[in-house]
Amino acid sequence: MEDRLFYNEVLTDHNKHPYHKCELDHPDLMLEGVNPSCGDDIYLQLKMDGDIIADGAFVGDGCAISQASTDIMLEMIIGRTKQEAIRLADIFAKMIRDEATEEDIEELEEAGALKDVAKMPARVKCAALGWRTLKEMLEKA
Amino acid sequence: MNNRILEYRRDFPLLSGADIAYLDNAATTQKPVSVLDAVRHYYEAENANPLRGVYELSEKATAAYENARAAVKNFIGAKSSDEIIFTSNASASINLAAYSYGLNFLKEGDEIVVSVMEHHSNFLPWKMVAEKTGAKLVKLCPGEDGYITPAQLDKVLTDKTKLVAVTQVSNVLGQVNDIKALAKRAHEVGAVILCDGAQSVPHMKVNVSDLDVDFLAFSGHKMLSPMGIGVLYGKRSCLKKMPPFFYGGEMIEIVHWDSVRYADIPHKFEAGTVNAGGAVGLNAAIEYIGKVGFDLIEEQERLLTDLAMDGLGAIEHVHIVGSPKKEDHKGIVTFTIDDVHPHDVAGILSSDGVCVRAGHHCAQPLMDYLGVRSTTRASFAFYNTPEEVERFLDSVSSVRKRMGY
Repeated sequence: MEDRLFYNEVLTDHNKHPYHKCELDHPDLMLEGVNPSCGDDIYLQLKMDGDIIADGAFVGDGCAISQASTDIMLEMIIGRTKQEAIRLADIFAKMIRDEATEEDIEELEEAGALKDVAKMPARVKCAALGWRTLKEMLEKA
Repeated sequence: MNNRILEYRRDFPLLSGADIAYLDNAATTQKPVSVLDAVRHYYEAENANPLRGVYELSEKATAAYENARAAVKNFIGAKSSDEIIFTSNASASINLAAYSYGLNFLKEGDEIVVSVMEHHSNFLPWKMVAEKTGAKLVKLCPGEDGYITPAQLDKVLTDKTKLVAVTQVSNVLGQVNDIKALAKRAHEVGAVILCDGAQSVPHMKVNVSDLDVDFLAFSGHKMLSPMGIGVLYGKRSCLKKMPPFFYGGEMIEIVHWDSVRYADIPHKFEAGTVNAGGAVGLNAAIEYIGKVGFDLIEEQERLLTDLAMDGLGAIEHVHIVGSPKKEDHKGIVTFTIDDVHPHDVAGILSSDGVCVRAGHHCAQPLMDYLGVRSTTRASFAFYNTPEEVERFLDSVSSVRKRMGY
């Protein structure tokens, strides 16, 4: 059963007031990510400066976990290199499989607020949507 | 509330073994101990491959299986047991009708009328038939009151209409369509009618002879039985002319390299080893429902639905999907909460031990028609209590606050 406190302030704040939920002008990379079984849907956009993620945004519709997780992710990866972003995506994937160490979770900063999702199998795919889409997009680029 | 309810509730091991309010009965119901015992008894004392062996044990298995068929026949008021085909669930039943009847008796230029409130199970098979045969799929919309009425059906019926597919109770709206009147209209233009009874057969008396439907599909697991057993009722006149859908063991009379004669109905449609244990469970479920009685079932489900409708109506930012009138909801109440996604609603309710369904309920065309993306649904069975509805309402009241609103 879900923890009563799972919907913590980090998550509800990013859901209610996302920093990066908007459209970018002329993004360099775009990819739509969906969870067909529950209807979560995001459209991720990035602006690249060489290997550096210069800016990022998303539009979409879905549960608070999918939307907040994507917003938190963008907050973290903007300004980082493509390789760093992919590495963080891998750590996040480890965390929601409940395989991450304390240090791993610390490295994820705010995204660590989603660690309890590992105990909620039905919601893992919601938390993973943004990161999964990001990784696919960067690896293809 | 009738005192008998709490006695019956004790017959359900899962309900007494967990501190939850199980309000997802439209998805599947819990099983009483008599059903579990019947299945166990079958496998402990009567199990052999039915319809095959000439030894006594196989005859017992055959009798158990065929007794279940007779029980279903009586339960839904069919004229004869050979009009009852066992399948795995309502989806399989409708697919059987679509593949065997639809693909063979519909052709280009014909029209298939399907209501917009169908579960995907009663929409996608007909969409497939339309695509393969060139028949036209015609959308049947509810009237202003939310019901699929004869007047609405009249708007789309033509002399080209060959089949009408409509649900008796919507799994989202909970409204009961007047199938008898719809069947009469369909027959007047020479069409057959298939009724999806998945949400009606478990909750009200359904009599196929009175409704005069050509096909009725329903699942056992939504009516206290094990999963994996379902029923397709078909009128003899339809079933007789339909070719088999699955081919294989035990659906033939004679097979030679150059010629085959298939078994008569219903076995023609039951290729392979059948789910005898499931059928025995369904028989026990029918017996249990008979013991409780539809009078009490309907009385209790009405009480719970009214409580839920009144309670939800009093909570700010909660919107009922479908009719605002509580009498229009047959044990099913679907709603949305401002600013909170249904999956988060169901997640928060789950943390309070309340089990409800969230999403599109396998009825995306209806969601599009209603203009909602997804919703949360509570659905009741007679074993639910007013305390469980209160627990549900308390949790719903707290959702927005817990999401930071």
